Amino acid sequence: MRDPILSARGLSREYAPEQGCLAVDLDVWPGEVVGIVGESGSGKSTLLRLLSGQERPDAGSLIFTDRAGQSHDLREASESEIRHLQRTAFGIVHQNPRDGLRLRISAGGNIGERLMGIGARHYGEIRAEASRWLAHVEIDPARIDDLPRHFSGGMQQRLQIARNLVTNPGLVFMDEPTGGLDVSVQARLLDTLKRLVYDLGISVVIVTHDMGVARLLADRLLVMRFGRVIETGLTDQVLDDPQAAYTQQLVASILQVS
Amino acid sequence: MSDTVTHYNFAYLDEQTKRMIRRGLLKAVAVPGLQIPFGGREMPLPYGWGTGGIQVTAAVIGPDDVLKVIDQGADDTTNAVSIRAFFAKTAGVSTTEVTTDATLIQTRHRIPETPLSSGQILIYQVPIPEPLRFIEPRETETRKMHALSEYGVMHVKLYEDIAQFGQIATSYAYPVMVNERYVMDPSPIPKFDNPKMHQNPALQLFGAGREKRLYAVPPYTDVISLDFEDHPFEVQSWETPCALCGSQESFLDEVVMDDAGTRLFICSDTDYCRTQQERTDA
Repeated sequence: MRDPILSARGLSREYAPEQGCLAVDLDVWPGEVVGIVGESGSGKSTLLRLLSGQERPDAGSLIFTDRAGQSHDLREASESEIRHLQRTAFGIVHQNPRDGLRLRISAGGNIGERLMGIGARHYGEIRAEASRWLAHVEIDPARIDDLPRHFSGGMQQRLQIARNLVTNPGLVFMDEPTGGLDVSVQARLLDTLKRLVYDLGISVVIVTHDMGVARLLADRLLVMRFGRVIETGLTDQVLDDPQAAYTQQLVASILQVS
Repeated sequence: MSDTVTHYNFAYLDEQTKRMIRRGLLKAVAVPGLQIPFGGREMPLPYGWGTGGIQVTAAVIGPDDVLKVIDQGADDTTNAVSIRAFFAKTAGVSTTEVTTDATLIQTRHRIPETPLSSGQILIYQVPIPEPLRFIEPRETETRKMHALSEYGVMHVKLYEDIAQFGQIATSYAYPVMVNERYVMDPSPIPKFDNPKMHQNPALQLFGAGREKRLYAVPPYTDVISLDFEDHPFEVQSWETPCALCGSQESFLDEVVMDDAGTRLFICSDTDYCRTQQERTDA
């Protein structure tokens, strides 16, 4: 058995008592999708920012193991090392594509930025790669020179995913990637995501408050409340047989349309 | 030129200010291409007219210096004439229009065609010193990007040019890599002048008055224009030679002659053009 790609122990970041994220233990294994669910203010997004190095923990340890088997202590790492990892080994998909895209740069430029950031200097190759990735996320490659602001919300989100996956990161963090999209667009995005995740064998940590998204995508779930993880387990296990009282309420609150 | 005025300090600025600017310049020379903040002073001309350049000139000029000032290559435009007169008046230095006679050249938007030599100082007026500004409005972030050499976005700009226009359409303020470390905005000189910065024997100083930044390229430093392997850096070229001196090697300005669309291409560097004409006349 390989080692976990990301391993957190006692990870904490508290803004105020019970505000933030407290003593979280988490292992992310290669090729696995971990869902983090919970209500607003439960610390989901804080945990995601801690795991992805966007914020530093107050306490605990966080070890990332890259593809080459090299370990990085993200709590001790220099800012330069963390930013390098974020550009190469991590993907970060924001809830609002406007946070993750450069709106005044064409779709091709958005996808190519990471490649150029790690030293690609051949225009033709960068463009070919951008075009290939547009097709991967089901955007017509003919729109490579269009600005993201002329794309629909769902397309922007798919573009953001392509922009992150182009450097083949081992670990992708997503914060509510389907938030703000209508149901049919959401379904298509989830299809795309699922296909990419299994084709590429990447690990994903996904934050969502949508139990449907969690059930479709996640192999394993963490349920958070008041900054703590109150229940973990396989997705089906947690959703079909919730143990904690809060999780039972959460599962019961899923709208049943029949 | 009028006589030197005595109620101002030598070269207008007080000695403490000059000391502060020189200290910044030393740091700038020590770390080629790095932007150094300085306490910019109000100068008796508006921002955008060369307040940065004029402060750098004031800080480094001495009584024995010979000053040349050019604006878009020309010695005889309002800006160039005023700044030259300013230093003739406040520092009593002699001025010239001949590139080879000058020890100090303050410039806006051009590098002289005549090659500079060791011992000369070229001072650029800079409007926006930050090459990353177009993509990143936060100063804290651009500083971090420089510190960590995160320069991928500079190529995104060039990528966008090729995607839109089929070629790198950036024609002035073309970004350069200095000494294999810092990406620098060479001020709005045409990219035609970029190769002249590379391994230049003269000291090149840059002053941005509004943004209050100094930077420098010491003599014989590598200055490489960014490009792609399949779209290499190229300078502008013209189909006709200069209409006045016949030069085929200099940067040409287009001059509209009448309302019928007649146009003329002439050297932007007036001193170079005159020298070329004298050479052919002789």
